[in-house]
Amino acid sequence: MKGGGFSYWRRKTSNAFVTILFSSSVLIVLLPLILIVGYLFFKGASSVNLNFFIHRPAPVGEHGGGMGNAIIGSVYVVGLASLLGIPIGLLGGMFVGEFPHNKFSTLVRFVADVLNGTPSIVMGVFAYTVVVLPMKSFSVLAGGFALGVMMIPTILRTTDEILQTVPTSIREASLALGVPYWRTVLSVVLRSAKSGIITGILLAGARVLGETAPLLFTSFNNAFFSYSVTQPISTLPVQIFNYAISPYRDWHRQAWAGALILVLAILIVNFAVRVFSRQRFDQTV
Amino acid sequence: MSNSNDINSGIVAQDLKAFFGNIEVLKGISVSMQKKKVTALIGPSGCGKTTFLRTLNRMHELARNASIKGKVIVDGTDIYSPGIDPVLVRRKIGMVFQKPNPFPTMTIYENVVAGLKLTGRHSRKELDEVVERTLVQAALWDEVKDSLRKSGASLSGGQQQRLCIARTLAVNPEVILMDEPASALDPISTAKIEELIFQLKDTYTIVIVTHNMQQAARVSDFTAFFYLGELIEFNNTRSMFTRPQKKQTEDYITGRFG
Repeated sequence: MKGGGFSYWRRKTSNAFVTILFSSSVLIVLLPLILIVGYLFFKGASSVNLNFFIHRPAPVGEHGGGMGNAIIGSVYVVGLASLLGIPIGLLGGMFVGEFPHNKFSTLVRFVADVLNGTPSIVMGVFAYTVVVLPMKSFSVLAGGFALGVMMIPTILRTTDEILQTVPTSIREASLALGVPYWRTVLSVVLRSAKSGIITGILLAGARVLGETAPLLFTSFNNAFFSYSVTQPISTLPVQIFNYAISPYRDWHRQAWAGALILVLAILIVNFAVRVFSRQRFDQTV
Repeated sequence: MSNSNDINSGIVAQDLKAFFGNIEVLKGISVSMQKKKVTALIGPSGCGKTTFLRTLNRMHELARNASIKGKVIVDGTDIYSPGIDPVLVRRKIGMVFQKPNPFPTMTIYENVVAGLKLTGRHSRKELDEVVERTLVQAALWDEVKDSLRKSGASLSGGQQQRLCIARTLAVNPEVILMDEPASALDPISTAKIEELIFQLKDTYTIVIVTHNMQQAARVSDFTAFFYLGELIEFNNTRSMFTRPQKKQTEDYITGRFG
């Protein structure tokens, strides 16, 4: 076919123009991530070694040392946060998702959205008032509480949305078999929504794993390996913060390494989410 | 009409009205459907036949703002009388939907036994037996007996619908309601479903909604014609299709409207 007239070329040109516009937007979105991860590797990779993972911080002037205690602390605090955030978020999300038109559900959804948008430092102050002050001590418990409260709205809203995507026909199929409603929700609806809900939980965990502000005055910091829930504990973000604002070269290097590990951990969780949510039932036959 | 004491009556509706909010979609239906017979519900889109079907196993009330008035008497009991558990009603009155809806996360085997497993405990042997029996009944056994562990969603549309029928049979209902069970299927699958209905009526009372006049004529013993939320005519199928009593019925079955 011969080339068309003016309108043909106009269409071709605008197509090329818009394609370039969209692709460059994608690049602009990707660029910060690539730069951040690249720069972290550049600055931090050289300080990541076995010692970094198994040792506690060394005193100023002494070489070596690591963030072993902070890594354990982060896992500890996020684990505790999950104990609070997952059940409440999940059950709340199930209620809201199953009774979407209920007035109470609308209220809960609104509150969850507001909570989601609350600055994390406010969560820290809240946890400080509710847990640290009465206990008269910074603690793992307080840090877990702060992060747990932050996980609730994220998990609640993803569960809510995922449950609403489960088709009515699936629920009706179960109900028409004489399966009670509660059983239908637990065994049929939840089962269909499983991967989406787990995705929501993992993302909520990954999000709070990187939180610093709420931990500054809840779990605080600790130079030693500590396993008591009533004691302050070191966490990766807080440790990075402390090292980054210090005047020491060695500590800066450690902070870069810590930041690299933290970002990698979050990336890994995100990748896990991708893989997990892509898994489809029928491939397992 | 008060033939609720009629020994042949499987399902009797008495002045049944159904609503969505304030909109009355069924305007007082009274009809008596016989046991172990196939009753076809026909009528143009929006005439209330599907709503009527869904009132028969209390699925109607699941929709938002949906309500009903009147009685539906199944084997002498009004399923809408207070104290009747809709869950138990649905166990006795199964339903096959327009679009095949196997549970997507379950295998063929799990799909068939879902109703049993989710409502009580059963031995493995018992379940195996039910799976084979109902899949044979649903004319699907030969096609899937070697792949019971495959996803129910991996089957073709027609197979999925027969799987749904097997799943309905597995809970051992007395009545099977079918909402245009073949409308989403190709002619060969449709023929299989129709043949199946023919065999099932020895054991079950069947009420089937259909848009397809020939289908109604082929599979049913009785036909009910609905129009604008009212039951216009109810008769045995042969008379209905050869000598309709009402003008509207005749117009509809001869294809003049709808």
